[in-house]
Amino acid sequence: MEPVPRNLKILTGITIVLFLTALYMVFIYAPREAIMGDVQRVFYFHVAAGWVGALAFLVTAIAGGVYLAKREPKWDRLAESSVEIGVVFTIINISSGSIWARPIWNTWWTWDPRLVTATIMLLLYFAYLMLRQGIEDPDRRARFGSVYGIAAFISVPITFLSIRVFRTIHPVVIGSSDPAAEGAFDMTARMVQALMFSVLTFTFVYATLLRYRIRLGRGTEEVEKRKMELISL
Amino acid sequence: MAEGVGAVSGVGRRSALVGYLRVVGAIVSKDIAAELRSRELLGSMLIFSLLVILIFNFALELDLRTRQTVTAGVLWVTFAFAGTLGLNRSMAIEKDRGCLDGLLLAPVDRSALYFGKVFSNLLFMLIVEAIILPLYSLLYNVNLLHPGLIGVVLLGSIGYVVIGTLLSAMAIQARTRDILLPILLFPVVLPVLVAAVKATTGILEGLPFEEYQAWLSLLIAYDGIFLGVAIVLFDYVVEE
Amino acid sequence: MIEVRNLVKAFGVMPVLRGLNFRVAEGEFVAVVGPNGAGKTTLLRILASLTRPTMGEVTLAGYRLPAQAEAARKIVGVVSHQPMLYGDLTADQNLRFFGRIYGVVDLGDRIAEVLSIVGLRARRNDLVRKYSRGMQQRLAIGRGILHRPELLLFDEPHTGLDPDAADMLDNLLEKVTREGRTVVMTSHDLTRTAKLASRVDILSGGKIARSLKRGELKPGELSKLYYEVTRG
Repeated sequence: MEPVPRNLKILTGITIVLFLTALYMVFIYAPREAIMGDVQRVFYFHVAAGWVGALAFLVTAIAGGVYLAKREPKWDRLAESSVEIGVVFTIINISSGSIWARPIWNTWWTWDPRLVTATIMLLLYFAYLMLRQGIEDPDRRARFGSVYGIAAFISVPITFLSIRVFRTIHPVVIGSSDPAAEGAFDMTARMVQALMFSVLTFTFVYATLLRYRIRLGRGTEEVEKRKMELISL
Repeated sequence: MAEGVGAVSGVGRRSALVGYLRVVGAIVSKDIAAELRSRELLGSMLIFSLLVILIFNFALELDLRTRQTVTAGVLWVTFAFAGTLGLNRSMAIEKDRGCLDGLLLAPVDRSALYFGKVFSNLLFMLIVEAIILPLYSLLYNVNLLHPGLIGVVLLGSIGYVVIGTLLSAMAIQARTRDILLPILLFPVVLPVLVAAVKATTGILEGLPFEEYQAWLSLLIAYDGIFLGVAIVLFDYVVEE
Repeated sequence: MIEVRNLVKAFGVMPVLRGLNFRVAEGEFVAVVGPNGAGKTTLLRILASLTRPTMGEVTLAGYRLPAQAEAARKIVGVVSHQPMLYGDLTADQNLRFFGRIYGVVDLGDRIAEVLSIVGLRARRNDLVRKYSRGMQQRLAIGRGILHRPELLLFDEPHTGLDPDAADMLDNLLEKVTREGRTVVMTSHDLTRTAKLASRVDILSGGKIARSLKRGELKPGELSKLYYEVTRG
């Protein structure tokens, strides 16, 4: 396997610096929320992780479309890598939300539509990974992965739609806030800055992980190819 | 000259359309003929539907009060479960003895094969629903034969079959084909099921149209979106 | 009729066909022989537009694959490893279905004709599910020729046939070539192949390793060459 390319090393460095800064901003720079206290700080990671999950699945859907048009394996590697990272971040999103909900809503879990739909999103991409696992032929696996990645992403918008149509207790922090939502709060300028910064940081974390995961996929394929060459000798 | 070419291609297009519709029709009538002989697909869907309803009866103690609030949910869960049986079976018939290849050799656009399977899957689904709805009305003394409700059942079934046919064509080609379809289908088709349940509840509770109109619009929108996506993607699922 | 240039087909990283060139003139009867896994079936599936080539050019009767596959499929008749028949339909219903798919005009007469060619007339109303393997293969051959294809792609069509049916198939193949139709057939039966085909191509290492015209060979020589090419 070729050594880590320079620009990936630089990207990794930037991400580490950003991450340390984000920790500072979330835990020290941003003020303590008056009513909820320190547990509110989970919110910065919660939102950022949710953002990365959605972004990752969008990337999968687009990469799937490009793969179907061009049939170049690199697009499928991108799609698959993005799903794996998206799944991890969606789990972070749901569990950090749960940590926040315990003191605020007084429960780890509630059948709130938004929680349910986020979980369904997770199940969609578990199904995606199961589908891939059930197919031996790599071309077919890539084709089916692309098709399912697109079909799955289409049902994601209802995650966002549901918060408007259903009655929900989940707070809408960005945009108009429903007074009925429990745990809603007004953000100070520093809070907004901390949130924006952690969203930016998580996006960088995503990009870095994605690059490494694609490299790994390429390496695995290289091994397969060498193996085939050995067999056919 | 240009006119002549236009006329020729006009005739060509018309005969292409005739050929297209002929293939769609051939697939539907083939599926009906096979089903009339074996009765495996409808039989299993119907028996399974009845079992699901009976299990719900014991699990939920469907007394008069609960019945009103859960009927919509029970019905759609039943249709969704029975639907996967039908979709799986309908595609398995194509996969056995290599029939899918036989279809792919047809000199038409492959979306004709998709529409053929969608129409027969939808037909089987509607037959099951046409038997289950009056039966449920009879068993639980709720009148389900309301024109609005039949419309919702139709719209929900279209959305379910439209995306289910696409996904069943994938599931059947995987190693884990028997277990894969519900796992692939249910999370994707959920928007359709949620909208259908909400609209059905609205109708059963006799709410004014405005109360569940949004759900109906959502249902129609998802039917259209899923149909469009499936037509585009079906080709990639069946070719190699 | 068939023009294949630099055809490459890989399943993932595993190459099956590696830059294969293959030409078949109209009216020719070409047999493709080769060891198991050499890519005979893959080649035939690509010609039938069931599988996409990874690289290379494939033209059938002037139609380029896969772009113009829809038009090309009209003139192609395929017999594959699987019979491509519905078990819950009768022989008659199966042929009627595939006839409608291809838009055969005189379908009733043609079905009767095909059923007597493959010797299934007496059992035309039996379910295919109840057919023996050999009978299914007969019907599969009938399905392959139903729409009077210009190009027949037969993948080991003699598999499962009893000696009578095998003779029937040989006669049928001779008859269609006399009519000027083109046949590409894969086979493991070197003796039968040498007798039937106007050309025998040996597929090995993902390419056509040898191509032999009829008359260039004395009896028995083909198998000697075959072992030389495939083992060497």
